[in-house]
Amino acid sequence: MSLSPAAGPVPAAIGSGGTAGPPRDRRGAGHSPGRLAWLRLRADRTALASGAALVLFLLVALAAPLIELTYGIGPRDQFQDRLDGFGLPLGRAGGVSGEHFFGLEPRLGRDIFIRLVYGLRTSLFVALAAAVLTSVIGVVLGTLAGYLGGWLDAVVTWITDLTLALPFLVVALVLPPMLTLRFYGQRDTVPAAFGVGVLIVIFAVFGWTGTARLIRGQVIALREREFVAAARASGAGPWHMLFRELLPNLRAPILVSFSLTVPQFVTGEAALSFIGVGLTEETPSFGRMIYQSLEYLQTDPAFVLFPGVVIFALVLAVNLFGDALRDALDPKSAG
Amino acid sequence: MTDGPADEAGPLLRVRGLTKHFPVRGGPVRAVDGLDFEVRAGETLGLVGESGCGKSTTGRLLVRLLEPTGGSIEFAGHDLTHAGRRHLRPLRGQLQIIFQDPYASLNPRHPVGRIIAMPLRVNRIDPPGGTRARVRELMERVGLNPEHHNRYPHEFSGGQRQRVGIARALATEPRLVVADEPVSALDVSIQAQVVNLLRRLHRDLGLALVLISHDLAVVRHLCQRVAVMYLGRIVEIGDRDDIYHRPQHPYTRALLAAVPHVGQFGPAGRLRLTGEAPTPLDPPSGCRFRTRCPRARERCAVEEPALVRRDGGGQATACHFPGPDPLPAEPVRAMA
Amino acid sequence: MLRFLVKRTLSAVLTLFAVSVLTFLMFFALPRDPVSGMCPRNCNPERLERVRQELGLSDPLVVQYGGYMRGVVAGRELGAAQGGHCDAPCLGWSYVNNEAVTDTLVRVLPVTLSIVVPAAVLWLLLGMGLGLVSALRRGTWVDRVAIGFSLTGASLQLYFVGAVLLLIFVYTLGWLPVPGYTSLLDDPVRWAGGLVLAWLSLALLCSANYARLFRAQLLETLGEDFVRTARAKGLPRSAVYGRHALRAAISPVITVAGLDVGAALGGTVITETTFGIHGLGRTAVDAVRAGDLPTIMATVLAAAVFVVLANMLVDLLYAAVDPRVRLG
Ligand SMILES: Nc1ncnc2c1ncn2[C@@H]1O[C@H](COP(=O)(O)OP(=O)(O)O)[C@@H](O)[C@H]1O
Ligand code: SF4
Ligand SMILES: [Mg+2]
Repeated sequence: MSLSPAAGPVPAAIGSGGTAGPPRDRRGAGHSPGRLAWLRLRADRTALASGAALVLFLLVALAAPLIELTYGIGPRDQFQDRLDGFGLPLGRAGGVSGEHFFGLEPRLGRDIFIRLVYGLRTSLFVALAAAVLTSVIGVVLGTLAGYLGGWLDAVVTWITDLTLALPFLVVALVLPPMLTLRFYGQRDTVPAAFGVGVLIVIFAVFGWTGTARLIRGQVIALREREFVAAARASGAGPWHMLFRELLPNLRAPILVSFSLTVPQFVTGEAALSFIGVGLTEETPSFGRMIYQSLEYLQTDPAFVLFPGVVIFALVLAVNLFGDALRDALDPKSAG
Repeated sequence: MTDGPADEAGPLLRVRGLTKHFPVRGGPVRAVDGLDFEVRAGETLGLVGESGCGKSTTGRLLVRLLEPTGGSIEFAGHDLTHAGRRHLRPLRGQLQIIFQDPYASLNPRHPVGRIIAMPLRVNRIDPPGGTRARVRELMERVGLNPEHHNRYPHEFSGGQRQRVGIARALATEPRLVVADEPVSALDVSIQAQVVNLLRRLHRDLGLALVLISHDLAVVRHLCQRVAVMYLGRIVEIGDRDDIYHRPQHPYTRALLAAVPHVGQFGPAGRLRLTGEAPTPLDPPSGCRFRTRCPRARERCAVEEPALVRRDGGGQATACHFPGPDPLPAEPVRAMA
Repeated sequence: MLRFLVKRTLSAVLTLFAVSVLTFLMFFALPRDPVSGMCPRNCNPERLERVRQELGLSDPLVVQYGGYMRGVVAGRELGAAQGGHCDAPCLGWSYVNNEAVTDTLVRVLPVTLSIVVPAAVLWLLLGMGLGLVSALRRGTWVDRVAIGFSLTGASLQLYFVGAVLLLIFVYTLGWLPVPGYTSLLDDPVRWAGGLVLAWLSLALLCSANYARLFRAQLLETLGEDFVRTARAKGLPRSAVYGRHALRAAISPVITVAGLDVGAALGGTVITETTFGIHGLGRTAVDAVRAGDLPTIMATVLAAAVFVVLANMLVDLLYAAVDPRVRLG
């Protein structure tokens, strides 16, 4: 069957052992493999820079209402008086000014900067929540499949193949309206939170298989190691086995798969909004802004650039940090 | 010692007809195929043989990491053969194992103090003075600095890690320890230290030891009795001096001849092992050693030799034509 | 090998069967009433009722599913309003497009193929080229530039790249026509001109992953024993890389490529939306928007068939390329 994930290179073997020899100094307290990885990460300039960028993005997303207060403009405020007769923003570069940092949207005249701030909030919330959910499902099923084997393993493997065969975007397009219909009927008003929740669930349902496959492989490799046999020979039960012996060795692969799924979900959320069926119009989103901007590509190119550059910076930061994290956790894989 | 007073309460470990077949494609692998032996309290038994003859499988069967396909294992009066986890639980602490690979046998994410305390923890044993004190004591006993209890395995050398594995096996004060090639992964210079440690532990703690090794010198150094395995069976078993000085089985003789300074024979004992051992998927008929045995006769192909005692002593040999003497030529054929 | 082939085919068929059941359930069982979803606002009740009857929605689900699958395999009779008899791969009738769904697919498939196939060739060449160069020049500035390029590519969004390319080459420089689809058979030059931006943006984004993956695999295999042995035997560097390392490193690339191409054939939704080209992806999205059940069902199934076929092909290629697989 297909052993490789649909997206993103997966390091062949993630340093589950931490056996790559760090210097054996004989002084001071012990350095756990996790602590060594942390030290390596701190010494990596790319990791520091991308990590700082990520923290900044997170802070902006968290502080969005605060920023709105300081900035004095809300995401739904319209400035029709600053548009010309064709609905295009007046002034240079799509209406960039001291008041409107990134200019205005054509037609509605909403402020692009504050919409991007809120778009970042949506994007990061959806991506992080979906990545957490994905990790939980993937780790639980991957561990059980790898440790217990047998029919459970067969079922998990088969579901993985099945999910790969389903066209993600189309199914992700179809499900939200259907679920809305199911839960709210034809005409009820649907709270925005429902749309966000459905989106997160869809990402998790499609995303867990990659994590599960990675974890499953690691568990199968660990299961054969003698420290697991030692625990079994001492009479350890499944609880001790999974949580004390296996899980501590899965921290690295879990972190790695988390770092691989977050950018996928940022991209996925934007892509769905781009096709126009992701989140509703009221929820600001990168993808939706770019989709709307395509219409104005010739007349107001600045409208494309701002959201495009922001989402690029976000995904790049996540990718760079993920790469650095992988290298820190498994020095053997480092270029 | 082995010929000492009659056992008061029987041997600590009694193995009868022990069998393990692994189901693989192309028929079962007869990794272990009918072993009989006993280990008394405080006794050391060496299990020797070429790689692949089923030593590790035997070791794993003894501590019930594997379930036997047939036969029985009796430990301290309890039948362990098919005992479930719950049933084994109270006995686990008395029966421990040391592994070959000092890297794979320690959880890389736990400090060694926690690794050593693991058997206490999973068995909910609270030693007098507390777990911490017990760990310190164990580390000292195996020659590790107790201050290093919060260091991680990667911070230790191979020999030190093996000491950690030994300390873990001793944590619950076991009565029997199975050591599967405990020194073969170590540098030669370190091997002697660990062998001496095991020897001292045996002497001080009075525990019984089943030492698995392909290294005849190590076994000679540590074991009072020796069992020689070939293709899943014991071909000869007896006291150390009998096995090393008066080997009866052609395979034992060949093994000893391959090691300088261990066996000393006259010209008749100069045997050489040639070729590879046959696969346990399809062992030869009759005597399993016959494809490589210089003494093989027709009878060896049709009749499997039983492990029988000779001269009423402690030494038993599974061979139709044992001993160092040249074979009588003709009468043998008549017997077949 | 035959055994493997049979087993592989069976598992593929099983997967397709599961996809079809799942899709069917999703569309016909989940919503309270699939038809009301099909025409949201201004449908008169009589028409709704008629559609319901023609689709056989009052039948038990198993009967509906059976009928659908029979149509796919052997063709079936549909009502007069649905165009009467429907030939073998019968995927039903679309009330929205007023045509048999099979005809829609036959119309849009060449479009998606025209986007995906040349783009895949481009992205594989570009990605593996970059990966090879950076593996051979490991640690030099060439390597760093290649890694930087691939990280950048992996972080870009297709619609953004597409928008920028459109802005530059179509709207500013005017070198290229506004993207669109012309049949290759009609006019190869216009075919290429209308699609080249789609190929380029797909190649730019997708090659990134391949460059990283191929580089990592190459570095790994170059460290493996059999490569070292080959070098020790005195084979020249180029022969070692060409014959041994490349072949071994290419297998995982094939796996990923199979999945990617399979998935892309199922609909390059974003690409088609960005460049306003109407292929399978757009058809699926439009069908979702219009609530056109038979068309959605058909596009999902088509996508699944592509992925499953690509997967199978990969497994076969795998055995052909990697000597270790054949020996093992
Ligand atoms: N889990 C297993 N499945 C199948 N065959 C096995 C398994 N474990 C061991 N064997 C086979 O059993 C035989 C004995 O192995 P082992 O006990 O490890 O030998 P030794 O420790 O004496 O080298 C070997 O032929 C080995 O290949
Ligand atoms: S029984 Fe025969 S073949 Fe086996 S060891 Fe004795 S002499 Fe050799
Ligand atoms: Mg062994």
